[in-house]
This record gives sequence, structure tokens and C-alpha cells, in this order.
Amino acid sequence: MIELLKQPWPWYTSGIVIAGIMITLLFFGKSFGFSSNLRTICTMAGAGKKVAFFDFDWKTQKWNLLFLLGAIAGGFISSTLLKNDEPFKLAAATIADLKALGITFDGQLEPGQLFDLQSISAKNVLLMLTGGLMIGFGSRYAGGCTSGHAISGLSNLQLPSLVAVIGFFAGGLIMTHLLFPLIF
Amino acid sequence: MKGLRFILAGILFGIVMAKSEAVSWYRIQEMFRFQSFHMYGIIGTAVVLGALAVFLIKRFQLRDIQGMPINLPAKDKQWTKYAMGGLIFGLGWALTGACPGPMFVNIGYGYVAMVIVVAGALLGTYLYGLIRHKLPH
Repeated sequence: MIELLKQPWPWYTSGIVIAGIMITLLFFGKSFGFSSNLRTICTMAGAGKKVAFFDFDWKTQKWNLLFLLGAIAGGFISSTLLKNDEPFKLAAATIADLKALGITFDGQLEPGQLFDLQSISAKNVLLMLTGGLMIGFGSRYAGGCTSGHAISGLSNLQLPSLVAVIGFFAGGLIMTHLLFPLIF
Repeated sequence: MKGLRFILAGILFGIVMAKSEAVSWYRIQEMFRFQSFHMYGIIGTAVVLGALAVFLIKRFQLRDIQGMPINLPAKDKQWTKYAMGGLIFGLGWALTGACPGPMFVNIGYGYVAMVIVVAGALLGTYLYGLIRHKLPH
């Protein structure tokens, strides 16, 4: 059993489990939306004293913070108990495209060039900080991220969520195809 | 402890995101370059099954474990914010290869540098709160 779980999970198992988590949260009386946690953390840090947007009772969101802690633990379990030694299988075309940009595919889950603390460059720190900033700003502006709009919203056939998801995709395509050649 | 079920749901989320490689920067690049079906398969399966479940919940007016009716609030119809916010989110998503959930899963996995992305995301969230009254919604 554990050997089976250690293999990389195929896409359909992942889709099934994600839908299962969304439905489970609905039956717990909550709704699946991860980026709300970012707002909650700002409030916990005291942002509500200065900015009205953060002035709410963060304890109503405690359940989502516990979900966040669980997600961190899940990542840890995956890299320890459920770790497998098979090299990462990335599409050959993607490997070639990234190589042309000077990004080496190293067979790990994340490119060491961008995410290894030992070798990360000042430029990449700035890129990751800027990228994070756009994620935080954009998800609050759009009222949700991939879990809130692409999963919960689309499952509820919400047209606003479809607009948001089209926006997510348009932004991603612009970054990948127009800006990456200028950045890397 | 009443909160345990949320921790367990989070653990399952973390494991599935990591084991299906949906947290990988490489997989997000593959998706935005249309060079693999992997991420489309994950999101597509989740949405189709999710839509079926929501349909059944509404059809049979199912209740949650506390006996309250499950109602899914409709999103408000201010289109500018979805388009603009979505676009900005997408730029960051492709650059860092992480959504708000996966950035935390990555930290647990051992990619400590993802803390930089989280710091940026908190800063971005605060910035939005600060200037939201000046933005078109």
C-alpha cells in the first residue's frame, strides 16, 4: 500500500481527491478557498488597526488556518514518508524551452536554480518576492485564487469565477510567453 | 478537538498536491506552454466532479454535519475586479509556479526559499487592503 502511495500520483487521482476535499469542507459548513488565509494572517499581525479591510474577527477563520497548517504537514509527509526516488518526468518540449531560457531541468520537484537557498541569486529573490506580491494582490483583488475560483466557483457554475480563471490564464500566458524571454 | 478534521483535510490536500506534482514550478510551465495534459487533467477532473457534487447538493437540498442547509453564496457581479485581479494573479502564478496553497505545501516539503514568495504574497495582500478604495472594482 505504502509503495503504491509513494509513486507519483496520476492526474485523475489528484482531481478526484481535490474535489473530495472541496465537498468535505462544504459538509463541514465551510468553503474551500486558500488565499483568504493571507488576509487572515495580515489581520493577526495587526493590520486591522490601520486598514479597515483587515478589521474583522480572525477567529472565524481559524479553521482555514488549521487547514493551512495541515497543508504544510502534508508537504512534509510527502517529502519524507512518501518520498520516491524516481526522477521527475517533465515534457521534453518544456525541458528544451526552459533550456533556451537558461533554466536547467534538474529532475527535482522544483528548479534548484530558483528555489535552493544555498544557490539562490539576488535577482531570483527579487523575482520570487515580486511574483508573490502579484499573487497576494491579485487573489484579493479578484476575491479568490485557484481553489476559490477555479475549483469552488466553477463547480458552482459562477460566471464571475470563469472571468477570474480566464484572467489567471491570460496573466500566466503573458508571463510565460512575453515576459520570460525578457526576465531570464 | 473540533479543529482536527480541518488539519486532516489540510494534510490530505498537502499530500495530493505534492504527490501529483501540482506544486511544481515545472508543471506550471508545462501547462502554460500547452506541452502536457497533466495540470488540465487535475483541474478538469476536480471541476467536473465538483460541479456534479454541487448539483446533487442543490437538487437534494443536502445539509452539513451541523444540520444547516449547504448554501453556496453567489459571487457578486463586479467584472473589473475579476479580470484585473485575475490577470495580476496569473502573472505571479507563472513566475513563481505557485498558488497560495502550494507555496505553503512547498515549505513543508523542504523548499524553505518559498518563504520569500509567501512574504511577497502577504505584502501584496496588505497592499491591496491599503489601496482597494482607489481601485476599479
